[in-house]
Amino acid sequence: MSEEQPTSEPQETVEIREKHPLAIRWNHWLNFPILFTMIWSGLLIYWADSQPNQDAGHFYRIGFGNFTLLRLFPDWFYRPEVHGAHLVPALDDGHPLYNLSGRLAEGMGWHFFFMWLFVINGLLYVGFTVFSGQWCHLVPNRHSLIEAWQVVLHDLRIRKEPPPEKKYNGAQQIAYTIIVLMGLGSLVTGLAIYKPAQLSWPAWLGGYGGARFLHFWLMMGFVGFFAVHIVQVIRAGWGNFRSMVTGRELVPITPPPSEEPS
Amino acid sequence: MSEPNPREELRRISRRSFLWAGAALIGTYGGFKFLAGRRHSDGLPWPLRRTLEFNEDIWTDAFSKTAMAPTFDPQQRTEARVNGPEGLDDHFDPTGWTLSLENAYGHDEPVVITLDEIKKMPRQEFTTQLCCVEGWSMIVTWAGVRFRDFAAKYMPGYRDSAADSRRPPDLAKIEELVRYVYMETPNGGYYVGLDMQSILHPQTLLCYEMNGQPLTLDHGAPLRLVIPVKYGYKNLKRIGLIRYTDEKPADFWAEQGYDWYAGL
Repeated sequence: MSEEQPTSEPQETVEIREKHPLAIRWNHWLNFPILFTMIWSGLLIYWADSQPNQDAGHFYRIGFGNFTLLRLFPDWFYRPEVHGAHLVPALDDGHPLYNLSGRLAEGMGWHFFFMWLFVINGLLYVGFTVFSGQWCHLVPNRHSLIEAWQVVLHDLRIRKEPPPEKKYNGAQQIAYTIIVLMGLGSLVTGLAIYKPAQLSWPAWLGGYGGARFLHFWLMMGFVGFFAVHIVQVIRAGWGNFRSMVTGRELVPITPPPSEEPS
Repeated sequence: MSEPNPREELRRISRRSFLWAGAALIGTYGGFKFLAGRRHSDGLPWPLRRTLEFNEDIWTDAFSKTAMAPTFDPQQRTEARVNGPEGLDDHFDPTGWTLSLENAYGHDEPVVITLDEIKKMPRQEFTTQLCCVEGWSMIVTWAGVRFRDFAAKYMPGYRDSAADSRRPPDLAKIEELVRYVYMETPNGGYYVGLDMQSILHPQTLLCYEMNGQPLTLDHGAPLRLVIPVKYGYKNLKRIGLIRYTDEKPADFWAEQGYDWYAGL
């Protein structure tokens, strides 16, 4: 055990405060393996559509008009082993986790299993935030946008004043609300890809092809969110991370206690 | 008694929470290992296969015979692509071709049907999108005979052998009919299984013309299946045999890990 010595000060200056409810912590952490599996199996599916001989692959690129800066993704992305990246010893037909090529059927099998977990977890999360009243911490208000801008300036070391101390600042409110809407968007575009013939509204999303395009870029949005999220969690430090596991944080006592503990 | 020191108290809570987190982590890893390691059922761990079948049940209930796949203007056609030779012999002579139909109502022997007989039935033409499971799609004008019209002449049998077989079956009472249709190429190299609901959908076509021209050999001449409510891999080229059956038929790609139902 390498824990720091308990403080021997007779008068405590901090107290424990509840921060994240148990339900939200479970939803949050369960979403990690679920979304990971959805993205991983999605790449197994997407591989079949992004080979150089596939016309539909022209969706998945960074470029404008006829100009393509980068086509997503190069071969080494799907077959790292073939390109010398043996992360761990692999089977003859590639590593089950990171060889992503030639596994369309398997990808669909996982995707259409985990889609249920993704939707159920999302519904539980939204349901809990609505019925518990947590939504009022999360949904942006009219101050959120300007506050989010101040947070960005502060994080980029342009602005000195730190963002206001509260459960979620404006940037977090906007980000955490958008990510829920993105989840809904993934569900809707996913259904549009899943049943383009029997459902009529997928036409509004551009049909089979258009919905695949949107579904793909929503996934890229999740990856981008994840990258920023990790950086921000590291910056926020241990106490913040611990609060997402324990639900509690230490805060300075305010106002000072009126009576001494006996 | 003194109140617990908050730092110490939080450490105690943390220990408990992180133990939970560790257990959850191990549980997640174990769960994946467990799922991936299940006995394979047609190329997929069986819980994944069962889930595809569960999804199939849901969409079977939700299926609408009046919901049409989007149709397009023939001008919106895209390049017709050939995507795999399974079941198609290089040297095939369509002139000697006949269709064999098994288990038609009122026929104890397979019915042999010529292309001319099929072409005498009402002709349908529409422009729809063929969606490949790989992700690409193409817009094609198809012409042929609706399977509904074909089945009105060559009926599937009753599901229940105790039914009053003197009265011909009613295609509108799908719950009385055998559940499936099986089709294969003349050489048996490619085969599909289809549910009766989807095969009787008004856009399901026994097709002999593509983009205004007779079918070419690599698109399945002389007769192929077009079924816009299914992925491309159910759109069998060059039908040699059609069989009505109440047993879930084999399916070429479903045996290799793909969804048997493949409904769109």
